[in-house]
Amino acid sequence: MIKVDGLSKRYARTVAVDNISFEVQKGQIVGFLGPNGAGKTTTMRVLTCFMPATSGTASVAGFDVQEHPMEVKRRIGYLPETPPLYPDMEVREYLHFVGQLKGIPKADLARRVAEVSERCSVADVSSKLIAKLSKGYKQRVGLAQAIIHNPDVLILDEPTSGLDPKQRVETLELIKSLKGDHTIILSTHVLSEIEATCQDVIIISKGKVVATDTMDNLTHRLKGSEAVAVEVEGRNGLELATADVQRKLEQVSGVSRVINKVEGARLRFEVESLQGRVVRAEVARAVVESGWNLTELAPVSVSLEEVFLQLTESKK
Amino acid sequence: MGNVIVICQKEMKSYFSSPVAYLLMTMFAVIFGFFFWNVVGYFVFMGMQQQMGGRSFPMNLNEQVIRPLLSNVSVIGLFLIPLITMRLFAEEKRSGTIELLLTSPISDVQILLGKWLAAILMYGAMLLVAGLNFVFLFAYGQPDWRPMLVAFLGLMLQAAGLLAIGTFISTLTKNQIIAGATTFGVCLLLWIMEWVSGYETATWAKVLAYLSIVSHFESFAKGVLDSKDIIFYLSVIFFGLFLTARSLESLRWRA
Repeated sequence: MIKVDGLSKRYARTVAVDNISFEVQKGQIVGFLGPNGAGKTTTMRVLTCFMPATSGTASVAGFDVQEHPMEVKRRIGYLPETPPLYPDMEVREYLHFVGQLKGIPKADLARRVAEVSERCSVADVSSKLIAKLSKGYKQRVGLAQAIIHNPDVLILDEPTSGLDPKQRVETLELIKSLKGDHTIILSTHVLSEIEATCQDVIIISKGKVVATDTMDNLTHRLKGSEAVAVEVEGRNGLELATADVQRKLEQVSGVSRVINKVEGARLRFEVESLQGRVVRAEVARAVVESGWNLTELAPVSVSLEEVFLQLTESKK
Repeated sequence: MGNVIVICQKEMKSYFSSPVAYLLMTMFAVIFGFFFWNVVGYFVFMGMQQQMGGRSFPMNLNEQVIRPLLSNVSVIGLFLIPLITMRLFAEEKRSGTIELLLTSPISDVQILLGKWLAAILMYGAMLLVAGLNFVFLFAYGQPDWRPMLVAFLGLMLQAAGLLAIGTFISTLTKNQIIAGATTFGVCLLLWIMEWVSGYETATWAKVLAYLSIVSHFESFAKGVLDSKDIIFYLSVIFFGLFLTARSLESLRWRA
């Protein structure tokens, strides 16, 4: 459905997207993952014909974005990072306007507006001014705008940014419910969101595709190893040497790396295991057997940065 | 054409659902009303003086009231036009809605034509409010309506040109104030450029005077349809819209 081949985008001084290629099949939800400034938005803007690429090609539903922008635009629904809303319009009026822009025939317009309002649960505010809506509602109006012409492809740029946790979950549920009808590309820098919604992941960093994989493979790779936070103190107020503790932890079998996170008098470490090893019990035993107090032992959630590190390292 | 109307409708709604339209119309009505009252007052005073003096020069509403009045309007317009055009694109760029427009199946030219058309209608609405004053002239006198119509046509053409330039300037920035101030400066410059012809007859002065937008209104004010001036205004319109289209295109490259 979407095919990107050797796409690059250079600005005056920087290269935003550097020779990336990927493909998205029909009906998939694909997560576009990367830190801020990785080139997610730029790629999306090329796909939506907002801006032309410097080199390379991209096509949507078989139409090249450069050669047939009108055909592509008709088939794409796009929600930019800030929803493109007119604060001085009412919700219904706004959706009506977007419907007209997207070329929905007059006879179907009112029906479509009602349908997408219902679908994105904004029907109850349809006669409110957009300026008066909460952020979650604004985001949903933005989504309604993107799907109003029933496009083949939906491109959503950080659809959950700036929402509170409840709104976040609702928005993701809504996106998931759109799955069957549309091919969806969804960008985010929050890993758990991709985990909850997408089947495939494209990881992009500094303008390059670092990995394309299915969600299952990715989580498997991530869960293969374990990271735990450990905090230790000496018994009866005894002072401990940081280096001693670190050495002891490194000697535990199955540990790949110990990161020093000492803050003042608190001896904190982050212990990472080798692939496929569980080390929590052994770490605890090692600490206790050394005659120290174990004051904390907690699993560390894997952050996006670590995913990057892991993926880029495994690639080399 | 359908898409142009869609954009135009949206812009009109935006003018009239905010205080902008009402403010502009009120301001214009007050200023115009003051000029009207002044000119008519002077006309009446002259008429009385002539009767008392026993001499009778021909008094003419068209020449002594309508013509100076509409010449004034063509200058007042310079001050109000920036207020009409400054938000057209600057606001869309600031709020990000430009992304919606540029990723919809609608061409750049349709977008800018729609917006420009809305600006012209807004200016037309202002003129209409002011034009209500002329009802009194028709009620109490017999002015010729044909030269008046030509003058109004001239006003609209002149405004259409300046509005096209203002639309172009609005695409250059995200900041309405900057767009408005720049447009105001350009409008003012296009007016005062003509003044050099008062003392200088060199070619450069003639060129400057020719490019001055207000001087081309004089023929219309007299009720004369001069093709040379019509062509001038049409060229300004084309030039302004052409620059707008180019600017929108470059926006995509730079974004």
